[in-house]
Amino acid sequence: MHLHRDDTASKIGMWLFIFTEILLFGGLFIVYAVYRYENQAAFHLAGEELNVIMGTINTVVLLVSSMTIAMAITAMQRGNKKMAIALLYITLLLALIFMVNKYFEWGAKFEHGIFPNSEYLLSLSRGDILFFGLYFTMTGLHAFHIVVGAVFIGFVIYYIKKDRLHKENWQLLENAGLYWHLVDLIWIFLFPLFYLIH
Amino acid sequence: MQENLHTHQEPSYLEYEGKHKGLGAWIFSTDHKRIGLLYLYTILVFFGIGVILGLLMKFELIAPGHTIMGPQTYNSIFTLHGVIMIFVVVIPGLPAVFGNFFLPLQIGAPDVAFPKLNLLSWWIYVTGILLVLVSLFTGGGAPDTGWTFYAPYSFETTTNMLPAVLGAFVLGFSSILTGLNFIVTIHRMRAPGMDWFKMPLFPWTLYGTGWIQLLATPIVGITLLMIVAERTLGIGFFDPDLGGDPILYQHLFWIYSHPAVYIMILPAMGAISEILPTFARKTIFGYKAIVISTIMIAFVGYFVWGHHMFTSGMSGTALYTFSLLTFIVAIPSAIKVFNWISTLHKASINVQTPFYWAISFIFVFMIGGLSGLVLGSLATDVHVHDTAFVVAHFHYIVFGGTGFAFFAALHYWFPKIYGRMYDSGWANIGWMVMFIGFNALYAPMFYLGIAGMSRRYYDYLPEFHSGNIISSLGAFVMAMGIVIIIVNLVRGARHGEKAEGNPWGGKTLEWTVPSPPPLENFEEIPTVTKGPYDYSS
Amino acid sequence: MSEEKHHITPYRTHIAVLLALIFLTVITVAITWTDLGVWNTTAAMLIAGVKATLVLVYFMHLKFDQKIYTYMVLLVLAVFAAVIVLTFFDYLNR
Repeated sequence: MHLHRDDTASKIGMWLFIFTEILLFGGLFIVYAVYRYENQAAFHLAGEELNVIMGTINTVVLLVSSMTIAMAITAMQRGNKKMAIALLYITLLLALIFMVNKYFEWGAKFEHGIFPNSEYLLSLSRGDILFFGLYFTMTGLHAFHIVVGAVFIGFVIYYIKKDRLHKENWQLLENAGLYWHLVDLIWIFLFPLFYLIH
Repeated sequence: MQENLHTHQEPSYLEYEGKHKGLGAWIFSTDHKRIGLLYLYTILVFFGIGVILGLLMKFELIAPGHTIMGPQTYNSIFTLHGVIMIFVVVIPGLPAVFGNFFLPLQIGAPDVAFPKLNLLSWWIYVTGILLVLVSLFTGGGAPDTGWTFYAPYSFETTTNMLPAVLGAFVLGFSSILTGLNFIVTIHRMRAPGMDWFKMPLFPWTLYGTGWIQLLATPIVGITLLMIVAERTLGIGFFDPDLGGDPILYQHLFWIYSHPAVYIMILPAMGAISEILPTFARKTIFGYKAIVISTIMIAFVGYFVWGHHMFTSGMSGTALYTFSLLTFIVAIPSAIKVFNWISTLHKASINVQTPFYWAISFIFVFMIGGLSGLVLGSLATDVHVHDTAFVVAHFHYIVFGGTGFAFFAALHYWFPKIYGRMYDSGWANIGWMVMFIGFNALYAPMFYLGIAGMSRRYYDYLPEFHSGNIISSLGAFVMAMGIVIIIVNLVRGARHGEKAEGNPWGGKTLEWTVPSPPPLENFEEIPTVTKGPYDYSS
Repeated sequence: MSEEKHHITPYRTHIAVLLALIFLTVITVAITWTDLGVWNTTAAMLIAGVKATLVLVYFMHLKFDQKIYTYMVLLVLAVFAAVIVLTFFDYLNR
């Protein structure tokens, strides 16, 4: 079957996949919305347990990484292979920083005895249990998507190095970019919902 | 006809030999036609298993009290029956079989947009099935929650939920990828000249269905993962002890599972829209109205899920809002029925097997649909919720609707798929036996439900006995009909008379290629100038 | 088959968008400690919405692509919003 390469089909396909991810996280946002509505005071208090500075840093880290991958596309379109690869490596580095921060954040929570089904958590109010359940589930699922996105970017870097992606063929890079921006978009909403309830 | 030359020049997709041999030539094939058949055979096997599970239930219910099994077994059997029929048979159903096979042909394309992804969809589907089967043979025994996996029981039950829930999750992925593939295919691969409103109605329904698969399935996906989190981490989203709300589970579950029934019925309606003009030898009445109805059903269908939850404890506002929306969504379906009947009006009808299936579809679909209004109306629903009435309703509309349309499509497109014809005498007998058995099986359940017989119970009060006898006997008659149909089709595929390119005189593009089609479908991609179902020439 | 994929976003556009995004992030953090009563959450969501729009329109290139992508995004968000609203028909009125 020799079908001509159809970049537009590939792009539409990627957008459609992104829609499924929006709805996937959407289900969790619905759960969050309902339980925050029902437990407003508890969510307020529980939110104060999170470190706003860490959250803000992570937000900025992801925003910058969105910029760097968007720039990588510009670089590819201009035929600047080295710049594209460099920008993608920076994107990966920023992803790593995000994950390291997350590791410390979660670690701090675990040390304080806060994790799903922990004795300490179960001794708190129901609103607290729900808040942290949502916190770990949503940031956990999000972190999983960061890893997937990073792997995707890794493949793209490899293909660029091998010249399989180049100035006339870069849809896969655009697709990786779209995926990465989605990960950023989700965090844009997670950040105020978990860290900025005061 | 020119076709005979072509069939000698190019091997058909059935004979084509590529780099794989034997079984590998099928399970590693990226040809949409072979993938369609892979789905067909898998679906038929699991449909058979689902039927057997159904028959076991009907055997148990032929008399009150313990007949052949106790309550725990019965609960597991109806759970498995539902999971298999819904997730393995009916949701993939028409799109996976006939969508895969005929979408590219009907729009004049050589394949779908992403053939390798298409094959992956099937492999993911098989993986999901295996996971579900694992749940039967390991751990605490087959799940007993019903296919709906309601919280809190679904996280409290000691039966083997995790593989079943994960299996359903994986099956959902397959559905999403198929929908994605079809949407892109329809956007990008229509033949030159085929603008949207020249596209046949079956692809239109696949388009609407694709969007539902894409947008609704992820929600049940995440909900199933939440059940996994409840069982493994005690996350508490649906556990009242931890602040959770079981009704929220129901919301999330039905936000997918209601649109899911439109995944089931839209392609079925699409197939009927293909069949009726062909045998009426007259163009479809109200093509645009049917297109718009398809889109309306797909869209409004997202907003009616609460009608599964009228007795759950939702607020009054939610109750009447969902009831109103439910009545609204019935309208486009009714428009379609009107248009189908109008297509037949004053037509010179070629009465063949697919036509029998199509009109009986309209009959059972109407019964199912109208009984849905009884359920959609708050006052009456309170009385019949969770009774046999509901079971009758959804079997009429899902089995009667999608099931009959599936058989209709199978008998319609059979000559194109296999290049052979089945024995129409036996096909018609099979249809008749099945139709009689089907109605004997499900019609009594309407009465039984109103009289108060509960669903999902292995036992019932003595006053429901005679209705159950008729119903259970009907089940066995229907099963006989199914056997006749399948055996007849298998014989037809193997030894049937060779079929020509266009045995029914259809006007859509699949009938312009040889039966069976060559690997790349079209020797030359056609340029389309007319709309579908144009009988004027 | 390639399209008019000739629009290349200049680096400085990307940088400008990032600066806007960071600015909005600073604002949203700052507002957290301003007492707007019930409007705090709304404000935070609105700002998040603006940030998301910037990402969609510029980084994800919707502004320069064919309109169909924008329509699809709007459709998906509309469906999702409607689902949340309908769910709250229940919870707001319990």
